[in-house]
Amino acid sequence: MVMEYIPGIPLLRPYIDLDSEGFWEGVKQHKLVFQKCKYCGLLVHRPRPMCPRCLSTEKEWVPSEGKGTVYSWVNFVYVNAAYPGIKVPYAVVVVEMLEGVRMISNMYDVKPEDIYIGMPVEVVFDDIADDLTLPKFKKREV
Amino acid sequence: MNSISNKAAIVGVGVSGFSKDSGRTELRMTCECIKAALDDAGLVPLDIDGIVKHTDDASDEHSVTSSMGMGNLTYFGESRWDSAPCSMVLRAAIGVATGVANYVVLYRAVNGSSRRRMMPSMRASGQMSTSDLLQWTYHAPFGLMSEAGRVAMIVRRYMHEYGINSDQFGWVTTVCREHGAKNPNGMFYNEPITIKDYLESKVIVDPLRVMDCHEEADSAVALVVTTVERAKNLRQKPVYILGATQSQLSETEEKNSYYRPVISGLPEMGHMGKRLFAMAGVGPKDIKVAQLDDSYAPLVPMQLEELGFCGRGEGVAFCEGGDRIRVGGELALNTSGGSLGEGYLYGMNHVVEAVRQIGGTSTAQVKDADLVLVATGAGGPASGLILGGSR
Repeated sequence: MVMEYIPGIPLLRPYIDLDSEGFWEGVKQHKLVFQKCKYCGLLVHRPRPMCPRCLSTEKEWVPSEGKGTVYSWVNFVYVNAAYPGIKVPYAVVVVEMLEGVRMISNMYDVKPEDIYIGMPVEVVFDDIADDLTLPKFKKREV
Repeated sequence: MNSISNKAAIVGVGVSGFSKDSGRTELRMTCECIKAALDDAGLVPLDIDGIVKHTDDASDEHSVTSSMGMGNLTYFGESRWDSAPCSMVLRAAIGVATGVANYVVLYRAVNGSSRRRMMPSMRASGQMSTSDLLQWTYHAPFGLMSEAGRVAMIVRRYMHEYGINSDQFGWVTTVCREHGAKNPNGMFYNEPITIKDYLESKVIVDPLRVMDCHEEADSAVALVVTTVERAKNLRQKPVYILGATQSQLSETEEKNSYYRPVISGLPEMGHMGKRLFAMAGVGPKDIKVAQLDDSYAPLVPMQLEELGFCGRGEGVAFCEGGDRIRVGGELALNTSGGSLGEGYLYGMNHVVEAVRQIGGTSTAQVKDADLVLVATGAGGPASGLILGGSR
């Protein structure tokens, strides 16, 4: 099951600024990258201007293996509690990447009832509009 | 502990009650509640020299002062997030305790039911216009937007780590509705539910049911705060602010704090609670009545754990059957009905109910309630109060 976006209702678009453009530029090119501090090496997500461990502003965008496990998940079943631009039911997951950082995303081609905490997943890129790509996750065979 | 404990008191309360359609502007409700709070205290608008409002509230200082002939402000500012009710009281107390102002009014007025609240401009344009854009960017495009959904993510992890079944959260809502059924000011007067009703209520964002969630309402509250010395000369018996504090930690976001090592707890509540008890010079065992953040039922057992009323992972068992959290139990919770059983005003009614318990005027009165804890902002920045009838 792939998420179905309802025509006529705007997609919510990320707000991209100088601190986060590396992440979104990567996503556009179908690459998942995370912010790594050049000074102390700490990997963080979501992007931010300063390393919360050493306060360095020098960072680089390092590629992720794209693999992780489901850390938590919810399933939107009732339309009034969901975003109206997406057909219910749809699931949202928090994925813990093998590199240690977490990200919020959707499952791709997985029924909500098949999702469980600890489920191995890997990133896929969903081009949901001509100018908008989101990193999503599919089941990973181990 | 150097603090503002015992320096300020709540001396006036004004409420609009709760409805599905107030038929009034938020500004009018604000003014009516301020007027009622001033009457309650025995003050007039020109006595007020301080205002504390919520960042998201439509009624700003200009409109309020112009509507009410307040010409004398020396102190005004804002609190925000869902923890604002207790932090607005803290701000007001700081204002009067430092002598920057003498009488501070704080308020919240929201037509949350009649004026659909959920981000109409965002829905129309697709451009996110919230001031916490930097956080929303990483969840809203994935359809994780409603607060219920964001809370459900934390709840799922809590259930997973402590082996909890979502059915077990039902006692929180059941007891809140029992208390709310006695409250003629609330939305659910004479409408108690049973655990069976909860179990039959539909799932809206798995694992949350509709009865885990507050309903939107139209409502307003205003409170007046002054120094303990001035409080002695006013109309009501003062309700003393014995403790008031806030917490924001690294990686705290408003109900989507998913990036920190553990997400199955509410660490801001724990951090806030320790300081709150120390400031008031009391402990969890001294508290017999508390008004906790019940905007979502599963957040209540999590708060009981963080605030030290029970051990980690024991909150659900504490609520099971309801006897320990009903009036007459060891810790009566949300005696007005709270967000689930009275109505939703972002926790402002919880502060009002604490004042009523201490004044002996609650519709679910706990005998000799002299010390009441209020917590707001579960799942994000937190704040809390310990209020007392004596110093």
